[in-house]
Amino acid sequence: MRPLTEEETKVVFEKISKYIGENIKLLVDRPDGNYCFRLHRERIYYMSERLLKLASCIARESLLGSGTCFGKFTKTHKFRLQITALDFLAPYAKHKVWVKPGSEQSFLYGNHVVKSGLGRITENTLQYQGVVVYSMADLPLGFGVAAKSTQECRHADPMALVVFHQADIGEYIRVENELI
Amino acid sequence: MATQLDALLAQAEAAEEEAKRSVTVEKPLELHFDPGNLLAIDTNPLNETEFRLDREGYLKNTARDNAQLLINHIWSLPTESVDGVVVAQLPEGKTPIPREKPVPKAKPLTRWEQFAKLKGIKNRKKSMKVWDEQLKEWRPCWGYKRANDKERDWLVEVPDNADPYEDQFAKLKSAKKERVARNEFNRLRNIARNNKLKVPGVGLPTKDDPSKQELGTALSLAKRATASIGKFQESLPKEKKPRGTGKRRKFEPLIGDFLHEKERQLGILSKISNKEPKLDVTKAVNKHVLEEEQEAATEKEKRGGKRKKGGKSERRSKAGVKPNARHGHKRKGKGKDGGKGKVGQGRGAGPRRMASARGKAGKGRRGKK
Repeated sequence: MRPLTEEETKVVFEKISKYIGENIKLLVDRPDGNYCFRLHRERIYYMSERLLKLASCIARESLLGSGTCFGKFTKTHKFRLQITALDFLAPYAKHKVWVKPGSEQSFLYGNHVVKSGLGRITENTLQYQGVVVYSMADLPLGFGVAAKSTQECRHADPMALVVFHQADIGEYIRVENELI
Repeated sequence: MATQLDALLAQAEAAEEEAKRSVTVEKPLELHFDPGNLLAIDTNPLNETEFRLDREGYLKNTARDNAQLLINHIWSLPTESVDGVVVAQLPEGKTPIPREKPVPKAKPLTRWEQFAKLKGIKNRKKSMKVWDEQLKEWRPCWGYKRANDKERDWLVEVPDNADPYEDQFAKLKSAKKERVARNEFNRLRNIARNNKLKVPGVGLPTKDDPSKQELGTALSLAKRATASIGKFQESLPKEKKPRGTGKRRKFEPLIGDFLHEKERQLGILSKISNKEPKLDVTKAVNKHVLEEEQEAATEKEKRGGKRKKGGKSERRSKAGVKPNARHGHKRKGKGKDGGKGKVGQGRGAGPRRMASARGKAGKGRRGKK
């Protein structure tokens, strides 16, 4: 485990900012304790200072992870956000998309959200903006990228994609071995 | 028949006589015996005539006789019974046997031995164990579980003239490392001296058949060993950049100063947020388009909902289209990027107005608007 370098921090923050904007300050600077990002086995973990101190007692080879895994760095050092970060993205999300009950299942199986399954979308969402996907009961289902801006969504035809799927909570069952 | 019998009898008698003859041997001069080496020395001169007649037979007989005498002598030695077998106890060998190998050369004195001899230092016999006062027992003088081990000290006094913030324990540790390293260096130097090996003052000694990797390292080092650290050295035609020459990365400590870390991260965040433009052109345009739509909707309502469908299509053609498509490919790049437009240009005034602005220089329009 080691702290992130400048470049790595920049890449990670940029990615997370796509979904939560400047609210990322609330993750970095928390009133209820010191929380930090650490890199271990090419994965980024977010944990409290107390947990960090405990985890530092375990040998590097035997430690699998600690805290919450936000995502991982790929071979070419690009940052890929994972579904395990949803707990921290959902409360601070800037742009949200609500999905109708009928197409919830479809999204949870990894499909993109179609116009016909779109319930609500926050105003002023740009195209290719990072969005958090909710069910109609305000349960966070995952996150993705808006395929169309809010304006365009209004005039799109029913079979057009409105949200590109990136991660959903169904992945906890489908690809649980990759999440660790 | 009779002759055959006679012949057989004669043969048997001859054999008997032979056997009887074998035990006792008469010699003019006594033999010298060395039973320890199973050696018998016969100083009797050779019988010339018999020797010439039948050389091999004579020598054989002489040898047989002498062997018989030796064995008779051995029988006279004290015997013992080992495993039911009667065995003679041989004494020590008297004859000195010459050396197989040449006499070994005297080893040259080591540097210390030379010095000790010069100074007259004699080696005092020290006992292996020393009394350890702290543990109240006898412990070896050096090595594992040694007596009076300084490393066991949990308290080290800071001397008066020393820096109070200096780590005394670290100092002791580094001193020990230094001693060990010096000892090792001297040992290797002595070996090189004794074997008359040529060792360079700095760097590794040359090898007869270096490996590819070693050659590569040597090449890169030689290239660097100039006043400009290899900046103006030409490469060979097929020379590749050496691997593993970069500086080793150094990371922050795992549990560093959290305040510091937070400050740095907030700094990075502010940099990221500064990169984004304050005014997003596409967003502004879309907003305006939305406003227009709403205006048009309220107008339509006032007039009546009969021409709803027609109006919708009309509106779509005018307002529901992205600003990019209207203004042609010149503006397309800017709009798509979603806000690389500069702050403060204030072009979110309206699509119609922008169409007119496009004809003239963009910067100039600012004031006139």
